[in-house]
Amino acid sequence: MNTLKITKYQLKDAARSKWVVLYALFFLAATDALFRFGGTGERVVLSLMNVVLLVIPLTSIVLGAMFLYGSREYIELLLSQPIERRTLFHGLFAGLALPLASAFAVGVAIPFLYHGAFSGAATTPLLLLLGTGVLLTVIFVALAFIIALATDDRIKGLGIALAVWLFLATAYDGIVLAIIHLFGEYPLQKPVIVLSLLNPVDLGRILLLLQLEASALMGFTGAVFRRFFGSGLGAVITTAALFAWLAIPFALGRRAFARKNF
Amino acid sequence: MIRVRGLNKRFGRLQVLRDLDLEIEPSRVTAILGPNGAGKTTLIKSILGLVKPDAGEIRVGGVRVNGDGAYRRDIGYMPQIPRYPENLTVEEILHMIQDLRGQFDDLDTELVDAFDLGPQLRKPFKHLSGGTRQRVSAVIAFLFRPRILFLDEPTAGLDPVASSALKDKILRERAAGRTIVLTSHVMSEVEELADMVVYILDGTVQFEESVTGLLERTGEPNLERAMARMMLRVVA
Repeated sequence: MNTLKITKYQLKDAARSKWVVLYALFFLAATDALFRFGGTGERVVLSLMNVVLLVIPLTSIVLGAMFLYGSREYIELLLSQPIERRTLFHGLFAGLALPLASAFAVGVAIPFLYHGAFSGAATTPLLLLLGTGVLLTVIFVALAFIIALATDDRIKGLGIALAVWLFLATAYDGIVLAIIHLFGEYPLQKPVIVLSLLNPVDLGRILLLLQLEASALMGFTGAVFRRFFGSGLGAVITTAALFAWLAIPFALGRRAFARKNF
Repeated sequence: MIRVRGLNKRFGRLQVLRDLDLEIEPSRVTAILGPNGAGKTTLIKSILGLVKPDAGEIRVGGVRVNGDGAYRRDIGYMPQIPRYPENLTVEEILHMIQDLRGQFDDLDTELVDAFDLGPQLRKPFKHLSGGTRQRVSAVIAFLFRPRILFLDEPTAGLDPVASSALKDKILRERAAGRTIVLTSHVMSEVEELADMVVYILDGTVQFEESVTGLLERTGEPNLERAMARMMLRVVA
């Protein structure tokens, strides 16, 4: 009950914050532009994918950490009320992830609606893109909680958040490629699958590309996934792994919140 | 009312509280004094459950503090730096706390009038001055008529009018039988408000005495001089 109340006031606060509005406008402008450059629904989804995989982790982890550092005293005040820590954690988490996820979903969906591409061939890929974006938002908000609770130094925390993003969203692929290059003589399918499961951004990319049938863009990990599992089982496994990525940081964040000295 | 036994807390290499024992009597104003970094705020935060002690026991009104937050229903807290969601107005913040507590009646809004907060009620929190934030925080601390009040540097940042209004309020609430714990660096203020003085240094209570007892024992004319004498004795 109190969880919902905390979330309600968070949403009220977020609705008036310029960040959330700017974030929604960004996706709106990007999606609209892709349509205007002559894209059909499906191609727009494909182009948006790269934006989503890069931008959502970045904003979720950085805005998440910034919010938590900025709310330190507010959290203390709420904890001095008869409220349990677990309740407050759930309320804050929902109050942070919901505005970010809805800003993204609304920003992408509106251009699809008025360009008349919402229903039809693009429906499934679009819903998949929205789902992946929402999952990545929640995952990176959870990572932001872990980081902001682990260090009280705001600059250090934001630095770690940026480093985590840089590693997962960009450097990771390079490392996988380097491994493939170095150990090209060995059978690499299984290690590469394991490596992809360890990165939520990679998982999001594979999940989307398996369904979009865009093999040319799939890269080595995606191709291995498809050969190994086929599109259907591959999707099940990547989705399951994404949910594990959601559950584990969430649980770790909640535990850190329960033990934190405020 | 509040009993602390063998409280220990370490932040990294810094031992902030060291086997701290303390008894806070009901229906009195107790001032916790000590230099910056002595552990005053950590002690208050431990009692509120914001800081998790490494060892020791805290009881508030007989209830052991162990992670269940229900005992905080009896507590009002005014922190050193108050902050609420930037975009909510004062009115909405007051409503939010009532909503979270589930208590909309029998509220003490005396301070809203005493501080003349009426014109500020519809402003978003981010546009409030430091002094106004402090006043909002005081209103919230007293709002639910809690039996116990923790006021961390309550008058810091307040203008003389607001500061006097708050001190009057503290004395009225004391007369009404509430237990009040405050910290302050202004000795004249402590002398005016407090019945008991607790002096903390290096994470332990160095002495605990009534204000009148302290004045008598040292023979000094005011609390500032009496404290100075006692502090020199502690160092020696």
